Amino acid sequence: MSVLTEKVMTRDWGKPGQHAFKGYQERGGYQQLKKVLTSMQPAQVTDEVKRSNLRGRGGAGFPTGLKWSFVPSLEKNTKPRYLAINADESEPGTAKDRFILEYDPHLLLEGIGIACYALGAHTCYIYARGEFKHPSAVLDAAIADAYANGVFGKKLMGTDFELDVYQVRGAGAYICGEETALLESLEGKKGWPRLKPPFPAVVGLFGCPTVVNNVETIAALPRIFEKGADWFARLGAAKSGGTRLVTLSGSVKRPGTYEVGMDTSMKELIFDKEYGQGMPEGRSVKAVIPGGSSAPVLTADELEVKLEFDAFKPLQSMAGSGGVIVMDDSTCMVRSLWRVARFYAEESCGQCTPCREGQPWMARLLRKIEEGRGELADLDTLMQVAQSIAPWPPIGLGNTICALGDAGALPVQSFVQKFRKDFEDHITQKRCPHGDKPWGTYGEFQ
Amino acid sequence: MSEPLFTAAEQKRFDDEIAVLLSHYPNDRKSASMLPALRVLQTIKGWLPPEGMKLVAERLETTVAHCYEVATFYVMFHTEKPGKYVIDVCTNLSCALRGAEGMLKYMEQKLNTHAGTRGEKYFLRETECLASCGTAPCLQINEDHHENLTKQKLDALLEKLS
Ligand SMILES: Cc1cc2nc3c(=O)[nH]c(=O)nc-3n(C[C@H](O)[C@H](O)[C@H](O)COP(=O)(O)O)c2cc1C
Ligand code: SF4
Ligand code: FES
Repeated sequence: MSVLTEKVMTRDWGKPGQHAFKGYQERGGYQQLKKVLTSMQPAQVTDEVKRSNLRGRGGAGFPTGLKWSFVPSLEKNTKPRYLAINADESEPGTAKDRFILEYDPHLLLEGIGIACYALGAHTCYIYARGEFKHPSAVLDAAIADAYANGVFGKKLMGTDFELDVYQVRGAGAYICGEETALLESLEGKKGWPRLKPPFPAVVGLFGCPTVVNNVETIAALPRIFEKGADWFARLGAAKSGGTRLVTLSGSVKRPGTYEVGMDTSMKELIFDKEYGQGMPEGRSVKAVIPGGSSAPVLTADELEVKLEFDAFKPLQSMAGSGGVIVMDDSTCMVRSLWRVARFYAEESCGQCTPCREGQPWMARLLRKIEEGRGELADLDTLMQVAQSIAPWPPIGLGNTICALGDAGALPVQSFVQKFRKDFEDHITQKRCPHGDKPWGTYGEFQ
Repeated sequence: MSEPLFTAAEQKRFDDEIAVLLSHYPNDRKSASMLPALRVLQTIKGWLPPEGMKLVAERLETTVAHCYEVATFYVMFHTEKPGKYVIDVCTNLSCALRGAEGMLKYMEQKLNTHAGTRGEKYFLRETECLASCGTAPCLQINEDHHENLTKQKLDALLEKLS
C-alpha cells in the first residue's frame, strides 16, 4: 500500500491564520524566497527545478524547468518577460487550485517570487476564473498583505529585484484556461487561442516571452527549495516529482480533494479509508475518468494504474488536471458522455471548422441515441466525426488550433470503444435501459 | 434630459478603480484592462449599459465595438439587464452524479420559472463546472458560491431571496 504518510502541499491547510501574511510567515513562510534571492543565481534556480522533476499540474504534465529554459536569454531577446499564473480551473471534475487560493495563498505568492526571479520577470499576472468570488477575495487580500509587508514592489524582499503581482479575474469562458487564450484574455480580448508556434515562451503576453504555469505547479516551489530538489524527486515516482492534488467526485462514499503520492493507485484513491472510502453499498465501479472530463475513460479493470503522470500512457489516457470522476454500475454511459460532449460543444470558440462543427454534431448524435432514436450507423458516424477532430489513439496533436478539439474527441472515442455494448443497447432497445435514473446511486437530489 | 449614468459617488468610484487598473499595464496597452474594467462597470450598475460601454471605450482608448465583442464572449457579462437574482446551477458530470438535474428541476418548480429564461426576479440558468466537483451539487446566486447542497439547505437559501 502506498498511501501518503506526510502531507506536503496541504501541510498547513486549515491552520489558524494561514491565509494571512503573519500566519504564513510564522510557519516559516517566505524564507525560501529570501534564500533563493540572496544565495542563488537565476540559472541555478531553474536547474534545481529541473532536477526536482516538477511537472505541470494544469493538464499536460510538461516538465516545468524545461519549459522555463525555452525563454530566450536577455542577450537574444531584450523584451520584458512575464509570468502568467493559470487559475482558470474549469476542466470538469477539477477542484484543487481554488483550495490553494483559499487556504494557502501565500504559498502561491512565494512560489511566484521564486519563479519570477529565475525567469527575470518583473510582472506576474494571476488569471483567476471569474466565478471565484471568494478565492479571489482571499488572494487579493494576500497580495495586498504581501505588498504591505515588503515582499513585492520595487524591492522584492528587500533586494534589488523589482516584482509586481496582479490578479486579473476572468468572466466565464472555459477556453481561457488554454494558455494562449488566457494570454489573449489578459490582453483584453475574447479568448481565441493562438496558432503555435511561436510558443508563449518566445512570443507571449504583449509579444514578450511569457511562461504560463498552473497554480499547483508554482505553489510546489517553496517546498522544493525548503527540502531540496532531490527530496522532491524521490518523493515522487518515476519522472514525476512531488505529490499531487486530486479531486475525487461522483459515485464514491467520500468525494473530496486529496493530496496523494505519485505511486498511489487509482484503486487506493477510490477505496482507501483516507480517501474515497469505496463505492456505495452493493455497487461496483463501471467507469472512471482519471484526469478531468477530457481524459479518456478507464474501465474497472484498469484501476491498478498509479497516479503518476506517465503511468496513464499505456492505457491511452492521461493524468490531466487530476479530476477523477467515478461512475458506478447503475450509471448510464450514454447519458454521461452526452453531458460531457455538450460541454465541449458549448465551449468551442468556433475558430476551427472540425471543432466548431464536430463538437455540436457529436452532442446531437449522443442525444439521439440516449433518447432511443439512434441507429447502429450513428455510432460509426460518431467515431468518424471524432476522428476528424483528433486521431485515435491519441498522439497529442489533433487537427485544430488548440487542444479543446482533442478534449472533446477523446472522451467520445474512449467511451464508445470501451462501452460499446451500452451504446448498442440504447439503440436496439430504443430507450435508456436506466429509465429516468441515469445518474447512478447518488443521482437523486435529496 | 436623460438620467446621468452615475451618481457623483459612483463616478468617483469608477474613475478611481479604472485609474488603478490602467496602472497595472504598460502605457501603450490600456485596452488590456478590458475585462477588469467591464467588471467595474457591471459591479456599479448591475449590468453593462450602452453609455457605460462608451465610457469604458474612451478610458481604455479603444472602440465601443471592441467592448461589445469582449462583453458578449464571456457569459458573466450582462449586456442586457439580468433578473434581480442570477442563479447559475452546475449540471456538469460530477454534479449530475450527485443530483444536479433533480436540483435544477426542483428550483424550476419552486421559483416558477424555466432554466434559461430571463425573468424580472430570477434568471435561473444551467452552467458548467464551477470547481466544486468534490463538494457537489453546487450553484451560485449573484456570484456567491454554495456547495454540498441538499433540499434542506437549498430551501433555506431560497427563503432569503426576497
Ligand atoms: C481547453 C483547455 C483548457 C485548459 N484549462 C486549464 C485550466 O483551467 N487551468 C490550467 O492550469 N491549465 C489549463 N489548460 C492547460 C494550459 O494550456 C497550460 O498547459 C497550463 O496552464 C500550463 O501550466 P503547467 O505547465 O504548470 O501545467 C487547458 C488547456 C486546454 C487545451
Ligand atoms: S480547437 Fe476549438 S476551441 Fe480550440 S481554437 Fe479551434 S475551435 Fe477554438
Ligand atoms: S461538475 Fe459541477 S462543480 Fe464541477
